[in-house]
Amino acid sequence: MQSAYGGRRTSMNIVVLVKQVPDTWAERKLKADDKTLDRASVDVVMNEIDEYAVEEALKLKEAAGGEASVTILTMGPDRAVETIRKALSMGADKAVHLSDEALAGSDAIQTSYAIAKVLDTLEYDLVICGSEATDSRMSVMAALLAERTGKPQLSGARKVTVDGGNVKIERQTDNGYDVVEAPLPAILSVVEKINEPRYPSFKGIMAAKSKPLTTLTTADAGIEADKVGLANAPSQVVEFSNKPPRQAGQIVKDEGDGGAKVADFLASQKII
Amino acid sequence: MLDTRLSEEQEQLRKTVEAFAREVVAPVAAHHDATKTFPYDVVRQMGQMGLFGLPFPEQYGGMGGDYFALCLALEELGRVDQSVAITLEAGVSLGAMPVFRFGTEEQKQEWLPMLCSGEALGAFGLTEAGGGSDAGATRTTAKLDGGQWVINGSKAFITNSGTDITKLVTVTAVTGERSDSRKEISSILVPVPAKGFTAEPSYNKVGWHASDTHPLSFDDVRVPEENLLGVRGRGYANFLHILDEGRIAISALSTGAAQGCVDESVKYAKQREAFGKPIGQNQAIAFKIAEMEARAHVARCTYYDAAARMLVGQPFKKHAAIAKLVSSNAAMDNARDATQIHGGYGFMNEYPVARHYRDSKILEIGEGTSEVQKMLIARELGL
Repeated sequence: MQSAYGGRRTSMNIVVLVKQVPDTWAERKLKADDKTLDRASVDVVMNEIDEYAVEEALKLKEAAGGEASVTILTMGPDRAVETIRKALSMGADKAVHLSDEALAGSDAIQTSYAIAKVLDTLEYDLVICGSEATDSRMSVMAALLAERTGKPQLSGARKVTVDGGNVKIERQTDNGYDVVEAPLPAILSVVEKINEPRYPSFKGIMAAKSKPLTTLTTADAGIEADKVGLANAPSQVVEFSNKPPRQAGQIVKDEGDGGAKVADFLASQKII
Repeated sequence: MLDTRLSEEQEQLRKTVEAFAREVVAPVAAHHDATKTFPYDVVRQMGQMGLFGLPFPEQYGGMGGDYFALCLALEELGRVDQSVAITLEAGVSLGAMPVFRFGTEEQKQEWLPMLCSGEALGAFGLTEAGGGSDAGATRTTAKLDGGQWVINGSKAFITNSGTDITKLVTVTAVTGERSDSRKEISSILVPVPAKGFTAEPSYNKVGWHASDTHPLSFDDVRVPEENLLGVRGRGYANFLHILDEGRIAISALSTGAAQGCVDESVKYAKQREAFGKPIGQNQAIAFKIAEMEARAHVARCTYYDAAARMLVGQPFKKHAAIAKLVSSNAAMDNARDATQIHGGYGFMNEYPVARHYRDSKILEIGEGTSEVQKMLIARELGL
C-alpha cells in the first residue's frame, strides 16, 4: 500500500468502534424486569469481530509507516474500560469512552445517534467497526452511522487499502467479493476473514495504562438525554422466551439410497 | 497488608496468555506430543507476543516485565502444554538469563535481542552423564590456546539445544585448578552451529515430547577467549544463582500442570455419565477434584510467595525450594487423580490428562530433585 494521502496530509486518523459484550461462550439472559441483556452476571469480553477491526486499524497504521493515529471509541458502562484497555494494549493510541447512566438500554438507532455525536467531536478519516456484535446481532451500525454522518459506507470488508484520499475494499459476498471504493472520510465494517488479530504483548499491556483515555458524559458530547436510553427507545422488547430445547435429529436410514437422501436433506436446508 | 491478588496488568497478561494457550497451543498439543515434534509455529507466535523477553529490559529487546510476569505466563501455558511451557522456561531462565545476569554489555547486545524475540533459542549445558545434582563433577574442559577456548567433553539432557533456531549454547567447563586444588569451573558462550559441536539424536523421553532435549558433544570446539561468560572460575556459582530462581519458574509450570488436571477433570466429570448422572455428582469424584483444586491453589501460593520475596530482594532460597517441592508434588498427585477420574480414557495418550501424567514426573526431578529441595530446606533450618 502506498502511504496515505500522498503528502497532502501527514497523518490519517482512524477511529475504531469497539463494544464490550458478554462472553460468547457464556449463557446469556435477558433480565425479566426491563428485558435488557443481563450484563452483570456474566464475564465480558471485547466483541470478537471488533478485535479484527482494531487489528485492521493497526495494520493500516503500520502500512502508513506509523503516520496514523488509532482512536478507540466505546459506549458502555464503567466496566467497558477493561475492553478499552485491551484495545489499547494491542497498540491503539488513545480512547474515548462514552459512559452515562442515561444511555442504558439504548437501541441501535439511539446508539448510532450517540456515537455520531461523539464522532462529530473527533477528527477522522476512517471509522472502522466489526460487522456485527455477538449480543444484539443487529449488524446495522456502519449503515446507521453512514446515514447520520453523511459519509460513504463500505460494509463487509475482507480487505482494505488506503491510497491517497481513497479507501478501497473487497466486500465479502456469498459467491466471492465485490471491489468497492469511496473517498475518505468513510465508514467501514470488517468481517473475520480480514486478518488475524494479534495478542497484546506485555509491553503493550503496560503501555496501555498511560495512554490517553477521555471519558465523556452525554452532556459532554452534546447528546440530548431525552433521545437516548431505554424509556425513549423507538424499539421496545415487548416479550421474550427462551430458546426451545434442541429437537431430536433426523435419522436417515440407508436402504441403498442413503447418500441421495443425505444430499436431499442438505439441499432442503440450503447447505448445498 | 499481605495481598496475593494480581495487579490489573498482571491479570491482563495472565488472561492474554490463557487465551493464547487455549486458542493456539492446545489445538496442536496432542499432535506435537504424538509425533514428538518441536512446535516451531507456536514458539514463533510466543516470540511475537514477547513472551521470551518478559523479564528483560526494553533496551535489550525485552518487555520490561519481571520474573513473576514470566511465571504467570508459564503457569497458563503449562495448564495446556508442559512441553511448550518448558521451552519458554528454559529459553528464558537458562538461555537468556545467564547472558543478562553475567554477560558483558557487548555480549548482552549481541545475544539478548535475538533471544528475547524468540527467533533464536539459547541452551545451558551444565549436566553431564556422570553428574546431575552433583553439578561440580564437571568433566568437560576448556583450555586457552592462541586466544581461543578449546572445548572438549559432553553434556546430557540439554533443553532447546538442537532446534533449527538454537543459536547459543552456554557451557560449563573446567578451565583450570583452584588454589585449593578443586576444579575451576567457568561458563563459556558457544554460538552454534560450530565446528566440532554436535547435538546428538533426541532422547526417547517418557514425557515432554514436544520439548527439544539432546546429549551434546564437544570435540575441539573453538570460540574466542572473550566468549567467557562472567568471571573465570565463577561458572558453577553463577549457575547456582540461576537455579534458585529457576525453581520458582518450574514451580509455576508445575502449578500449571496441577491446574490443567483440575480443568480437564471438572470438564470430564460434568459431561461423563454413569448410572444415569454425571460422575461429578458422586462425592467420590467431586471430593477428589476438590482436593486437586486445593493442591493447585497451595502450589500457586508457594510460587507467588517465593517470587515476591525474590523481587523485593529478600532471601528466597528456602521459599523457592518449598515452592518447587510442593508444586511438583501437586502436579504429580493431580495427574494421577485426573487419570483415575478419566478411567480407561485417562490411559489413552491422546487425552490431555494422559499427557499430563507422563509430563509431570520430570517436575519432581528437573532443576533439582525433590530430595535436593528437602536437603536445601533442611539446611536452611540448620540441620
